[in-house]
Amino acid sequence: MADETKKTGEINNDVNRRQFFAKLGLGSLGIAAAGTAAFAYQYLDPNVLYEPSPVVNAGKPDRYPLGSVTIDVNSGIYIIHSDEGYFSLSAVCTHLGCMTAWKPELNMIACPCHGSKFNEDGKKIEGPAPRPLPWKRIWLNDDGDLLVDRSTDVPALAQDSYVRV
Amino acid sequence: MAKTIDQYFDDLRGTRVWRSVFRSGTGSSTLKRALAVQQNVFLHLFSTKVRTRMLSFSATWYLGTLTLGTFLILVATGIPLMFYYHPSVPQAYADTKDLQFVVSSGLFLRNLHRWSAHAMVFLVFAHMFKVFYRGAYRAPREFNWVIGVILLLMTLLLSYTGYLLPWDQLAYWAITVGSNIASAVPVIGEKIHFLLLGGNAVNANALLRFYVLHCMILPLTAMFFVAIHFWRIRKDGGLYSHDSEPATVRAKVQTSASTSATPAKEGQ
Repeated sequence: MADETKKTGEINNDVNRRQFFAKLGLGSLGIAAAGTAAFAYQYLDPNVLYEPSPVVNAGKPDRYPLGSVTIDVNSGIYIIHSDEGYFSLSAVCTHLGCMTAWKPELNMIACPCHGSKFNEDGKKIEGPAPRPLPWKRIWLNDDGDLLVDRSTDVPALAQDSYVRV
Repeated sequence: MAKTIDQYFDDLRGTRVWRSVFRSGTGSSTLKRALAVQQNVFLHLFSTKVRTRMLSFSATWYLGTLTLGTFLILVATGIPLMFYYHPSVPQAYADTKDLQFVVSSGLFLRNLHRWSAHAMVFLVFAHMFKVFYRGAYRAPREFNWVIGVILLLMTLLLSYTGYLLPWDQLAYWAITVGSNIASAVPVIGEKIHFLLLGGNAVNANALLRFYVLHCMILPLTAMFFVAIHFWRIRKDGGLYSHDSEPATVRAKVQTSASTSATPAKEGQ
């Protein structure tokens, strides 16, 4: 009897059977909840996107006369034929994603949503846009068409960022 | 001898079927009337007794009740709109135009939904300002203010998600701008933007996600919090709480001011 009391006294500092099962239950629920959260996140994060290809065919270079700024609203890019060659700018405003427009009478690119202004090199003239319009990779394919990769930014005004025909 | 309409109702309330549905039974004693509220699954959220003067227009301007009214109109008009609207890129805009110009009473339902949505946003803000300026957020009602802030957020999210569904230029660019604001969240902003739209741009996935949020997830969440909001009114002492009445608060301030002023007077 005395031994038994001593024994329970020792066990009292530890978890008893009831507490152990309660902890086991709560622990399993916690793991299940974490699993459900991970499951939900992975389910809602699409693995396949049926979005348009980032590579756009802008057609033959002779469509763009020297000194012209041409927008393609469907793909959201400008093709600009400058003295240095052809280059491509994103037409999506760096502020909140509206489609900008080329204003020939002002000689600048302007955003209709919040009034950001850029010059034809994409350089910011006035805000609220935080960054200049990014330059996009442009090259000629074997058929002589201009291709633009909208997912790849290239340095502005760099020699490699132009296509010369 | 012909029975009066009231007597017919009394007979109806005495039937076994009625008694099995409404367990409070017949009679209009204070107890029976209190039981009728307490034993009803919807009404039990509310207090069984309310002071008459708290039901006067000046006490609340009925702003909370009016907000509930617009919410019920939005549910009642939104469900019929779902019968004609397909949340898909080729159909959404055409369906909206059909509702506007072709479907019988479609114009009425859509406009009622639209104007009620605007009214609900206005009323929610008006309700919040009224509660703020009347000091009704004070103890014991602090937690109900927090529930109210969640409901304000739900209202704005419902408004925002519903805005995309007509799939016109206004909707498209408003959601483009709005979802880009979400990208401004530090570190996880781009991920929130991607998950919200189900892609990198406002497209078919975004339309479907906003539709599910607008018609299922947000209304159910809002109803859940509305139920807590109403139940808390009773738990926090009903519409009337003596402690937070402006008159009581003023009286308290005056009493404490005069007690602190009295010794100074005596000293002079």
